[in-house]
Amino acid sequence: MQGFGVALTPFNLMLMFVGVVLGVIIGVLPGLGGANGVAILLPLTFTMPPTSAIIMLSCIYWGALFGGAITSILFNIPGEPWSVATTFDGYPLAQKGRAGAALTAAFTSSFIGALVAVIVITFLSPIVANFALAFGPPEFFAVYLLTFCAFVGMSKGQALKTIASMMVGFALAAVGLDTVTGSLRLTFGSTALLQGFDFLIAVIGLFGIGEILLTLEEGLAFKGARAKINLKVVMETWRELPRYWLTSLRSSAVGCFMGIVPGGATPASFMAYGVAKRFSKDGDKFGTGMVEGVVGPETAAHAAGTSALLPMLTLGVPGSPTAAVLLGGLLIWGLQPGPLLFQEQKEFVWGLIASMYLGNIAGLIVVLTCVPLFAAILRIPFSIIAPVIIVICAIGAYTVHNSMFDVYLMVLFGVAGYVLRKLDYPLAPLVLALVLGDRAESAFRQAMLVSQGDMSIFFSKPLVGGMTTLALLLLFWPLIQTALRKAKAA
Amino acid sequence: MHENNDRPAASTRTLEIVVAGMLFLLGALVIVDSVRLGARWADDGPQAGYFPFYIGVLICVSTAVVIYRAVGDKAKAAKTFVTRGAFRQVLWMLVPSIIYVALIKPVGLYVASTLFIAFFMRRLGNYPWLPTALVAVGVSAAFFLLFEVWFTLPLPKGPLEAWLRLD
Repeated sequence: MQGFGVALTPFNLMLMFVGVVLGVIIGVLPGLGGANGVAILLPLTFTMPPTSAIIMLSCIYWGALFGGAITSILFNIPGEPWSVATTFDGYPLAQKGRAGAALTAAFTSSFIGALVAVIVITFLSPIVANFALAFGPPEFFAVYLLTFCAFVGMSKGQALKTIASMMVGFALAAVGLDTVTGSLRLTFGSTALLQGFDFLIAVIGLFGIGEILLTLEEGLAFKGARAKINLKVVMETWRELPRYWLTSLRSSAVGCFMGIVPGGATPASFMAYGVAKRFSKDGDKFGTGMVEGVVGPETAAHAAGTSALLPMLTLGVPGSPTAAVLLGGLLIWGLQPGPLLFQEQKEFVWGLIASMYLGNIAGLIVVLTCVPLFAAILRIPFSIIAPVIIVICAIGAYTVHNSMFDVYLMVLFGVAGYVLRKLDYPLAPLVLALVLGDRAESAFRQAMLVSQGDMSIFFSKPLVGGMTTLALLLLFWPLIQTALRKAKAA
Repeated sequence: MHENNDRPAASTRTLEIVVAGMLFLLGALVIVDSVRLGARWADDGPQAGYFPFYIGVLICVSTAVVIYRAVGDKAKAAKTFVTRGAFRQVLWMLVPSIIYVALIKPVGLYVASTLFIAFFMRRLGNYPWLPTALVAVGVSAAFFLLFEVWFTLPLPKGPLEAWLRLD
């Protein structure tokens, strides 16, 4: 409760609204998304108190989650990967002249999804943190293993590419000074590489520049439906929404699960869409403009995006690229995420959690009242928006370390992001591996030191053994699934 | 639009093989460097290359399978990775961006940004000179106020700022 006291200062409330508005703008613009938007704005918050800074940054994240829906519904262009599933029914609705209803449904479901996730965080995170206090290096490595195996297991048909992308992330993380032995790894005599790769640069390049190139190639044509949201439409839609409570509940569950196990918001939204379609009475009408088809993916995406913060706070393992960027922020402010955070930085943690409730309320108010304004941003011609976004990315990359080398790297990451995305290499595992690489490695080495190089330490106790087994199960899940299907067919 | 704009510039299979091949080389590089550092078990525990060595192995194995599968994939050979027209669009964005980034150091970020935005508005948007100049200079000025004055975060500056005594 005292968390609300921390979050409710006028300064923090102002930051909340600023964050949400910035976030929605970021979510609406192509090339700027939750992860790189937060990464670019991170250096601006270095001078703020950590609690205020994280409130603002997390509100940018909520805003971006809301914003993605606007472009999906009005323009059939998903502003964010997780709002792709929203286009399936959202855009047809808009074409039928029900854009207002679709937007209201999307925002309200996002809000409900987030609310469920925050409630889960509120009650589950102290328990998880307490539990994790007893963790040693093997347990932590098992958690990392679980995280990464979950990615492989959840990836649809592209398990190999997920592994490749993740391992490239690990390899990039290894570049530079090895903190244990002090030897230089993979620098090949270059002094610029001594520092290693900063994942913020990778995020800005991969998601920012890469996205712009992709948008450009698709031949951008903003031909959007006009949105009218007034109180009447909102009230009408709100009266309709309780009918879909079961869909909301299912989607929230899918979202929370996928967020905590780092599946991420994007697969969660697709999964929830599928589930909603399967269980709905009018499942065959999905795709023609069903409000329920908007409720499902939006609830799940927001629930997943929000609950991705739970493992980040309690274990120091982010569940999504944006959570990873926030984690990077915590480290810069000198806060070590993980179980101890809940004991040593109570005020910070509960202030953040309280701000999640308030930030989402602020978000709902902002998006419901300002849709025409945000839609107008998209009417700014691409020939102006595109170079401005690249300038913003360059500034963002530069300010991380005040280094031009980072800006060059950003362009390189941008080209890589464009090509990898087109070939269906998932980028989220790369970013997470880049963030967690060093810590996963040191947990592994410490565990190996304890056991003198004996791998069986990862099965030595019930807890660590259980996690490792679960990780391996998830890793081979695609194979197990095919085997099961074959067994059934035979 | 020109007629051959829809002709493929490259097939998805070609790109798949090239990219996986590059990643394979990256993996090999990691392995070589790890072996140089020592990827074994020393008296005091794992050597510096111990962990990266396996990372490199995994990169090589996974990309090798990707290549193997792509070679036999007829559907991917027929699929277009990018058409010529689209590729030209991408290059029209990418090349100026590279020039822009290269210009930041000699002329400063603000001047480079102004030129960059102006170039795009002229080239992609076909705007007349006056609105182009107004928007390009306006955006850079806004960034200047935002970063130098409000956030007091110094960004790279060049001769123009020195001449105007703004740095």
